[in-house]
Amino acid sequence: MIELKGLHKSYITGNNKLHVLKGLDLTIEQGELVSVMGSSGSGKSTLLNVLGILDSYDEGFYKLNNTLMDNLSEKKAAQYRNNMLGFVFQSFNLISFKNAVENVALPLYYQGVNRKKRNMIALDYLDRMGLKEWADHMPNELSGGQKQRVAIARAMISKPKVILADEPTGALDSKTSLEVMDLFREINSSGITVIIVTHEKDISEQTDRIIHIKDGIIGSEFTSKN
Amino acid sequence: MIDIDKWQEIFSTIRKNKLRTFLTGFSVAWGIFMLIVLLGAGKGLENGIHSNFDSDAANSIWISPGQTSISYKGIKPGKYVKFTNKDYERIINENKNLERISSRYNIRGNDQISYKNEYGSFGINTVHPDMEFIENSFPIKGRFINSIDIEKQRKVAVIGDLVEEALCKKGESPIGEYIKIRGVPFKVVGIYSENSNSDEERRRVYIPISTAQMVFSGGNTVNSIALAVSEMTDDESEQFEEKLKASFASNHNFDKEDDRAIYIRNNLDNIKEFRNAFQGIRMFIWIIGVGTIIAGIVGVSNIMLIVVKERTKEIGIRKAIGATPWSVVSSILQESILITSFAGYIGLVLGVALMEIIAMNIPADSMMFKNPDVDISVAISATILLVVSGSIAGYIPARRAAKIKPVIALRDE
Repeated sequence: MIELKGLHKSYITGNNKLHVLKGLDLTIEQGELVSVMGSSGSGKSTLLNVLGILDSYDEGFYKLNNTLMDNLSEKKAAQYRNNMLGFVFQSFNLISFKNAVENVALPLYYQGVNRKKRNMIALDYLDRMGLKEWADHMPNELSGGQKQRVAIARAMISKPKVILADEPTGALDSKTSLEVMDLFREINSSGITVIIVTHEKDISEQTDRIIHIKDGIIGSEFTSKN
Repeated sequence: MIDIDKWQEIFSTIRKNKLRTFLTGFSVAWGIFMLIVLLGAGKGLENGIHSNFDSDAANSIWISPGQTSISYKGIKPGKYVKFTNKDYERIINENKNLERISSRYNIRGNDQISYKNEYGSFGINTVHPDMEFIENSFPIKGRFINSIDIEKQRKVAVIGDLVEEALCKKGESPIGEYIKIRGVPFKVVGIYSENSNSDEERRRVYIPISTAQMVFSGGNTVNSIALAVSEMTDDESEQFEEKLKASFASNHNFDKEDDRAIYIRNNLDNIKEFRNAFQGIRMFIWIIGVGTIIAGIVGVSNIMLIVVKERTKEIGIRKAIGATPWSVVSSILQESILITSFAGYIGLVLGVALMEIIAMNIPADSMMFKNPDVDISVAISATILLVVSGSIAGYIPARRAAKIKPVIALRDE
C-alpha cells in the first residue's frame, strides 16, 4: 500500500538547512495498524506530512497504492488526498463555523456529492461514532473526545484506503484516548490501513507494528500481536 | 459557475461570518452611496443655475438706450438717446451674422387686460416675430406673431399659458376670441409656454410692435432691441459689441467711449462665465468622486486581505480534506463578488432614493437646485469597478493561500 525508498527531506529556513528525513525506507501493507514513534525533531511529523501528500520530498520515491507520488500538481494531490487518505489531527482542525454534520460532510462536498445526500451520509457516520444527537452542535460546544470523533468521522466519510493520524490523542485525557484508540482499531478491522504518529508508549502498544524513527531514519521496528 | 451546492456553501460561510461580511459590504455601499450623492448634488446645482438661463436664448444680446455722460461735438452730456424703427433696420443692414432680431416698444400706463368678465395685469410685450426664439416663448396652441401681422398692423395677441389659466374657464379655448388691452380688442391667435423658473415669463401678452406703435400712438419709437447672433468666440463677441456701439454712436451723435449712452447686455458672456464655473465644479466633483472610489477600493482590498489571512487555517483544513486550489480561490472570489455587488446595489438604491427624496422636497421654483438626477451608467460603472477591484484584491492573497502547502496553513494559529 505504502512504499518509501531512500526518502530525503530538508527544510530551508533562511540560511539554515535542516535535514529531517535522511534516506528513509518503509513499506506498509494494506490493512496494517501502524504507529510511528520518535522524540520530537526526529522527523515523524514530517514523515506523516509526506505520506499525506501535504508536503513534498526531495529525494527517493513514495508510492501510494502503486502510484508514484512525485511532482504532483496541486489538483492531482488534492484528488489523491480526497480519495485515498483521511486525516486526523491533534488539534482536531474542525471548521469552527460549521456544525458537526457539516464538518463531517465536507470531503464529500469536494467529491461533488449534493448537500442532502452528503449530510445524510455524514449523519450515518456520526451515528457510528455515537454522536448522532450532537450533529447540530458547533465544534466549540463539543468536548475534546467528541471533536476528535467528529474528525475521525470526517476522515472516514470518503472511504479512504489509509488514515493518517497525527498525535490523535495528544489533546485528550487517558480515558478518551482509549476510546479513540478503540475506534481506530475498529476502523482498521474493516480493512483500512491506519498510521498513527504518537510519542505515547501506551498508545503505540495498542497497534500491531511500532516504527521508531531516530535522526530521520528507521531506528527500530517492533511487531506485536495482541 | 452556476453550481447550487457551491452557492449554498458560500451562503453558509457568509451567514456565519456576519461582521466581516457587513464590513466589506459597508465600505462598498458607502462608497457608491457617497458617489451618487456627490454626482447628484453637483448635477442638481448645475441644473438649478442653468435653468435661470433657459428662459432666454443663450446667444442673445439686448440693447437699450440711456443718457449721454460725455460731451460730444458741442452737445452737453445728459442727452437722452432715442431708438426708432430706423435703428432696427440699420442693424439688420449692417450685420450679416444676425440670427434673430426684434425690437420692442413699451406701452406706457396701466397694463390691465380684460377678457369677457375677467381681467388682470400682465406684461405686454410688443415684438417682432423673431422674439419667439429670443425669449424661447414657443406656442403650445395656435401660432406666434408673424411677419404679416407686422406688415398689416393686425390686432392680434399671443398670450402665455398662465394668462390663459387666469382669464379663461377650464376647458375653454381663448383662441379666436378677443382680449381688450386698454380698451382695444386684440384677437388671440396663440398660447405660448416657457421652460422657466419665473412665472413672470409665462404671464406675458405678445402683440405686434407695428400695431402697438399705431394703436397706442408710439410713432416710430423703439425702447429696446434684442438680437440673437450665431456662435462666437469671446473676441468675436467683443468686436461685435464694439461695432454695434460705434454704429449707434455715429447715428445718434454720442461719443463711442460713452458707456452710459446705450446699454448692451450680452447673455453670451454670462453663460460662458457659468459654463467655465461649472466645468470647474464638475471637475472638482469628479476628483472627489474618484477619491471616494479609491477609498472604497482600498477598504475592500484591506478587508479581503484580512479575510484571507483569517481563513488561512480553514483553507489548510479544506486542502487536507481534498479541496483543489481552484475551488478555494473560486469560492473566496465568488463570495467577495457576491458581497460587493450586493452591497454596491444597496448603495446605488439608497443613493438614488435619497436624491429622489431631495428632488421631491425642493420647491419647483428653486433657483439653486433642480433635478439632481444621477447618470446611472456612471454609478453602475463605479459599482462594477469596486466589484472587480475587490475581486482582484481578494484574488491575489487567495491565490497565495491556496498555493501554500497545507502543512504550513494548518500550523497557522
